[in-house]
Amino acid sequence: MSDGPAAQSPWQTMTISRIEKRTPRVTSFFLEPSRPFAYRAGQHVDVRLTAPDGYQARRSYSIASAPEAGETIELAIERLDDGEVSPFFHDIAAVGDEVELRGPLGGHFVWSDSDGGPLLLVGGGSGVVPLMAMIRLRAARRSAVPVALVFSARVWDEVIFRDELIDFHDRRDGFDLVLALTREAARRPADYSRRIDAAMMEQSMLRLPAPPRFAFVCGSNAFVSAAAQALIDAGVPAGLIRTERYGV
Amino acid sequence: MVTRGFSSGRKPPTDADARIPPGQYLEQGFPVLSAGPTPRVRTEDWSFTLKHGPRPIKTWNWTEFNALPLTKMTRDIHCVTAWTKFDTAWQGVLVDDILADAGVEPPTGFTLALSFDGYTTNVPTQDLTAGKAMVALLYEGKPITPDHGGPARLLVPHLYFWKSAKWLNGLQFTERDEPGFWELRGYHIYGDPWREQRYTGDP
Ligand SMILES: Cc1cc2nc3c(=O)[nH]c(=O)nc-3n(C[C@H](O)[C@H](O)[C@H](O)COP(=O)(O)OP(=O)(O)OC[C@H]3O[C@@H](n4cnc5c(N)ncnc54)[C@H](O)[C@@H]3O)c2cc1C
Repeated sequence: MSDGPAAQSPWQTMTISRIEKRTPRVTSFFLEPSRPFAYRAGQHVDVRLTAPDGYQARRSYSIASAPEAGETIELAIERLDDGEVSPFFHDIAAVGDEVELRGPLGGHFVWSDSDGGPLLLVGGGSGVVPLMAMIRLRAARRSAVPVALVFSARVWDEVIFRDELIDFHDRRDGFDLVLALTREAARRPADYSRRIDAAMMEQSMLRLPAPPRFAFVCGSNAFVSAAAQALIDAGVPAGLIRTERYGV
Repeated sequence: MVTRGFSSGRKPPTDADARIPPGQYLEQGFPVLSAGPTPRVRTEDWSFTLKHGPRPIKTWNWTEFNALPLTKMTRDIHCVTAWTKFDTAWQGVLVDDILADAGVEPPTGFTLALSFDGYTTNVPTQDLTAGKAMVALLYEGKPITPDHGGPARLLVPHLYFWKSAKWLNGLQFTERDEPGFWELRGYHIYGDPWREQRYTGDP
């Protein structure tokens, strides 16, 4: 049984049109779909690489761009030195190359301005990627939904999308950025230099005019477990918390 | 389509090929994926209920459930996020033994697995019986950690692993095949890894 057009493969070829280094370890890849690609903020794609002998590797990547950004989709991929797929993107993939993608995927870790708020977003490292899509969607739609992002990174230079996030914060239109740097001193007055904990969650929620209606938490498994527990300890009902775990 | 410049040194040994379903890769660790925070269910508060529709057939507390016959199952598992892990070793109570203790035959052809956090997933009843599935209580001889679904999780190793519901607290027989949590959010209604039934619309 099939919902889609039976003959069409769920995989499509996308062409890399631009590559932009975001931080020392994270690079954005901008992809042009060959077929219409409609998605929601928070969703991910599956990427499939095929070797000449037919061997395939497949991984999931969240979409960083907002649906409003037009046809191009942005993936922001962190390099894991001993990984299989992320070093391929960092070391080999070039503008003009084609890769196979499937998606958009995931119907739970998604948000649209019509879902309302306030929204509490908690990201660790590349876990900020799907949250960025939500923040960009809010900005593009000039939504008034209050949003606080607590973003944990090791150091200031590893804060992915840093300039853009600070820009959004400086608009003072209901978006607040709180950085938690784990291996460096905080630079902005509102920031922390420690790992995420319940007290930080409580204080960050005070930046919202009302308790959050949804909390989205994304990152490595260890990060998500710790951050979700911190939210629960700060009084956020477990039923409001949605998580996306990168598995490892 | 061959990807320019991609070749991997990470190929599974050829004798392992036959055990890896299409589109999967071999994983040595044990990744954790779930839709929400990890519920901490104390065994004192734990219970398991077998239901036919809304009607409970039988409920067990932790002690009663642990008194049911324990079976060992060592199986390869396949996660829809594309990792496969060989030879995971579980112990638990076969669904057959739960039915026997309740003194019932499966009343319908469809089952919904129910979890403490409200998660549900649907599995045809015949995929749960005849030794195919269990309610697992131990992983590698130790209590299952909360991250991996403890105190008890469903184990249906021949389907994608989201069907093996974590933090299980019941099985409900339903008249129709009712899509569960992920099945309502774009994932396949059945989920056979060998036919690559990952998402809605896959054959
Ligand atoms: C829904 C979802 C969304 C995601 N979104 C993003 C995103 O936006 N950005 C992002 O960067 N990542 C994202 N990820 C993670 C991503 O899918 C990959 O897991 C990640 O890029 C690592 O893949 P890899 O092939 O480079 O590393 P892998 O080859 O998978 O290895 C991962 C790690 O495991 C170890 N490892 C595992 N197996 C072996 C082996 N056989 N030999 C040696 N080492 C091994 C390595 O040490 C390595 O560091 C997402 C994951 C999910 C599930």
